[in-house]
Amino acid sequence: MRDPSRRRRGSVGRSLLIGAAVVYVGGLLLLPILTLVGGAFAEGIGRFGRALVRPDALHALWVTLFMVVCAVGLNAVFGTLAAYVLVRDRFPGRRALAALVDVPFALSPVIAGFVLIELFGAKGLVRPLVDALGVEVAFALPGMALATTFVSLPFVIREVMPVLEEIGVDQEQAAYTLGASPLATFRRVTLPAIRWGLLYGVTLTAARSIGEFGAVLVVSGGVAGRTETATSYVYRALEDRNDTGAYGMALVLSLASIGLLFAMDAMKRRRAPDLPAAASPRSPALREQALASPGGSVVDEQVPS
Amino acid sequence: MIAPADSLSAPLPARRGSARLPWGRYGLRATAILYLGLFLLIPVVVIARRGLAAGVGAMGHALAHPVPRAALLLTLETAAIMAAINAVMGTLVAYVLVRYRFPGRKVLNLLIDLPFSIPTLVAGLMIVVLFGPDAPLGRAFGRAGVQILYAPPAIVIALLFVTLPIVVRAVEPVLAEVDVAEEEAARTLGASDLLAFRKVVLPAISPAIVTGTLLGFARALGEFGSVVVVAGNLPKRSLTASVLVFGEIESGNTEGASAMSLVLVGISFLVLLLVSSYEKRKGARRA
Repeated sequence: MRDPSRRRRGSVGRSLLIGAAVVYVGGLLLLPILTLVGGAFAEGIGRFGRALVRPDALHALWVTLFMVVCAVGLNAVFGTLAAYVLVRDRFPGRRALAALVDVPFALSPVIAGFVLIELFGAKGLVRPLVDALGVEVAFALPGMALATTFVSLPFVIREVMPVLEEIGVDQEQAAYTLGASPLATFRRVTLPAIRWGLLYGVTLTAARSIGEFGAVLVVSGGVAGRTETATSYVYRALEDRNDTGAYGMALVLSLASIGLLFAMDAMKRRRAPDLPAAASPRSPALREQALASPGGSVVDEQVPS
Repeated sequence: MIAPADSLSAPLPARRGSARLPWGRYGLRATAILYLGLFLLIPVVVIARRGLAAGVGAMGHALAHPVPRAALLLTLETAAIMAAINAVMGTLVAYVLVRYRFPGRKVLNLLIDLPFSIPTLVAGLMIVVLFGPDAPLGRAFGRAGVQILYAPPAIVIALLFVTLPIVVRAVEPVLAEVDVAEEEAARTLGASDLLAFRKVVLPAISPAIVTGTLLGFARALGEFGSVVVVAGNLPKRSLTASVLVFGEIESGNTEGASAMSLVLVGISFLVLLLVSSYEKRKGARRA
């Protein structure tokens, strides 16, 4: 038992720490967003609504939606595939490849956009290829989609990889032994096990794609009504001193990100109990066999040699 | 504990590869390598090639100019200040979230992830509104004669906003593993709360703090969206390296843009390398 004076001191310390955390996070994150959203509602939301139905604002929203669809589509499919290969396959250079996944986190988005211009621009390195294909990449939607896909690439891979590692291959092997094709096994065994991790990764990808600004601005040039995304619209509106337009669009983006935040929270909660649940129905006998023979697999044991 | 994936998974592709579906396996592998290689390796190669083509001398010359040099220094300075604050406050927030149960904890926990979901440009705009001359906070600082907006302090605040979750989310899971009983034992033996934290908790979570802080630092070096709005971007005063790169691209000075890009990428990679070697050493010690 602690003596009462000591416990009281502890509780003062506790309150102080909680207070510091709440003030810090509240001041740094909540206060700014409340100022923006609250200010907009106080000034009358109709004004912002009118600012947003302008054709260039609507077009910017469509472009952003297009970017999100491209980045999420590409990264969901190829990210899952890459995570699967990085976890399950063994080949020289696998570790180096896995380390590369974090490159977009370390590279400034401005530089990512710059690289795309260097590649696809008027004097770009792959200019002959671009001319041969006849598809304009730099200062056009394809280049912006590439930039968005690049900056949001790590999320799906980083979310799916640990889940794949966690669930192991017992169930997949069981499905194979029972005669399921690789595709059927993936669809009915692997995919259900990784779905919440994958969805969480997709939500993070979507959030990052909506918010991408630097890379897209550099590669697009941000031409109003053509290659301007919602974030570039906010930037241009600020430059033009069109405050209503800037704040209106920022408000829409903030509300969207608050929505995504709740989605992320819900998915994170479902993702956590997903791990043991997916791993539980493994057969102890199979596990023992696999552990007893570290070199060979369960399946190999059953094949008469 | 589940058996490590390595021992279980390696034989599976081997069997399928030899007996049933070699093309499927190689097809998957090739697709993954192509996807990651194209997207991740090419940017690194392009920047490195640019730098080598221009020559180290030209590169150094481009950076010796006072404006880029000041921009680089300002970037490192603001990122370092941010990292120091983040290390302390991030640890504190993680500690409070893991150890204490109090009303509002769930909201606090939810709020931490906000910077992951909010566009950085919008985050910058919020800071502009908050510290603007029309807002109470901005007026208070203005009367005190402290300039926040369009000056380095605003850059630090913007960086703190966008990197806040990194340290918290790195420390949280590690802290949750540390047994409360150990801390209690230290206290029963007469250690003060601070001493118990320093001697029992801190050694266990310090690798996570270091990793999170360095990752936040690397992230801050390249931050653009929030900084470009709040900094004012005055050369030699509040112009950061990424904003400088943006300006050079806009004005067609690819030489200057690639010189600064190369330096930024170099520093970021060095930091990431530091993180991964640190994690490897820590992992080796634990095993």
